[in-house]
Amino acid sequence: MTHLIIFLLFGALCVAGAVNLLVQRHPINSALSLVVVMGSLAVEYLLLGAEFVAAVQVIVYAGAIMVLFVFVIMLLNAGEEERTKGSRVAMLFGIPGMLVGSVLVGWLLIERTGNQTVSAGALPGAPRTIGWLLFHNFLLPFEVTSILVLIAIMGAVVLASHPDSDQGKKES
Amino acid sequence: MNLTTFIVVSVIKTVLALFVLLTAVAYTVWLERKVVGHIQNRWGPTRVGPFGLLQPLADGVKFLFKEDLTPPHVYKPLYIAAPMIAVVFALTSIAVIPIGNSVTIGNLVIPLQITDVNIGLLIILGVTSLGVYGVALAGWSSNSKYSLLGGLRASAQMISYEISLGLSLVGVLMLTGSFSLRDIVNAQSGTFWGFIPRWNIFHGGQFIAFFIYLTAAYAETNRIPFDLPEAETELVAGYHTEYSAMKFAMFFMAEYANMITVAAVASLLFLGGWHGPVFGPPLMRALLPVFWFVLRIFGFLFVYIWVRGTLPRFRYDQLMAFGWKFLLPLAMANLVITALVVALRA
Repeated sequence: MTHLIIFLLFGALCVAGAVNLLVQRHPINSALSLVVVMGSLAVEYLLLGAEFVAAVQVIVYAGAIMVLFVFVIMLLNAGEEERTKGSRVAMLFGIPGMLVGSVLVGWLLIERTGNQTVSAGALPGAPRTIGWLLFHNFLLPFEVTSILVLIAIMGAVVLASHPDSDQGKKES
Repeated sequence: MNLTTFIVVSVIKTVLALFVLLTAVAYTVWLERKVVGHIQNRWGPTRVGPFGLLQPLADGVKFLFKEDLTPPHVYKPLYIAAPMIAVVFALTSIAVIPIGNSVTIGNLVIPLQITDVNIGLLIILGVTSLGVYGVALAGWSSNSKYSLLGGLRASAQMISYEISLGLSLVGVLMLTGSFSLRDIVNAQSGTFWGFIPRWNIFHGGQFIAFFIYLTAAYAETNRIPFDLPEAETELVAGYHTEYSAMKFAMFFMAEYANMITVAAVASLLFLGGWHGPVFGPPLMRALLPVFWFVLRIFGFLFVYIWVRGTLPRFRYDQLMAFGWKFLLPLAMANLVITALVVALRA
């Protein structure tokens, strides 16, 4: 019972954070709302018994990636966005489309799983289990993902280094 | 243990731990002023109480009664929230730090730790990685160029050194096979060849990891020689330039609480936690482990202060080059070698 109440509470907080992310006009407020979303997601994982995923969610997303977001916003000194009327297409198709999509996903989930419920902590979530799965059953996807990340890093390095300015440094 | 007892015991432990931690924070400030004073051939605080021992109380009262200025140009919600974020995340880590074995009162066995979770170390890493928001947001919301530069430096530096910090701990985790701090400490009991304690620092080449951790932790806590975010010669006071009274004190509390956390983690992971010679009557047997643990923390805090009294500050490009080009490859090499050792032994 307590589990359910906390679960619903943080689910609501998560949705509220996501909505606030869209509503806020200042980039830094939006970024902080996203941190709230990440944090409440981590609590949800924790309640499901996936404590390792919860910790990684906080360390990687809230603690590293979002800090970089905030860093970039601070560095660019991005100011408040001006509120426009928005595009009519988005109003006409976007909101109904989103509603239909979420209803569809919810319906599919209920249809597929029926009334099965999983009690909290019933699923394996210990670091040892996850490590075993990653390095045995999912080794190939894991390695492919890491190569993908490596390519992205190399791309970022190439984009960030200006060959021209290197020459300028030598001349000066 | 039923629910009511559990809640009562937890509340008592939390209140006690917070009280001890905050007192320790206040007296670390006193220790720092005293030790740095003696290093620089001064006396440090002497006027309030014997050896200036009541100085932290006087400072606290002064912070409480000072006028709490809010500059007119700041972004108020975040300006007020930032010091709170910093201090809350700095104090949270204490919840998973064990300070000794369990004590038995009547038929109640109480572990000397607020809560023992099996991902204790990850929680500490997660909470400390969130602490950077306090500093970064303080710098940004103050709307002053010195604060902003301080905040930017802090976030860049903390992200850079967090990687080396995390990697340096993985070796210990591989040797122990657990994230629980209590398990990690228990794995370090006993001795090699009868006289060298089985601490992780003497175990499988973790000597290097220990120094990587210590260096990265100095950068994480913004201490000299890595205190670029508050470099007073360049940035007035960095991210807390615009803060006064209790809000300013909160940043200091956060900084010193983080120092204590770092010292506690270093002792738990590398120096055998509370292990040490235990002898004497039952009460002494119960208290000696806690004493050994506190002694280690005190040692680390003393080194912190000693380093501050000795080393000059890095330049910013040196700081970044050191973190990325030296510390990170070293941590990775240490990780690979430890993994090989563990794999060969298994």
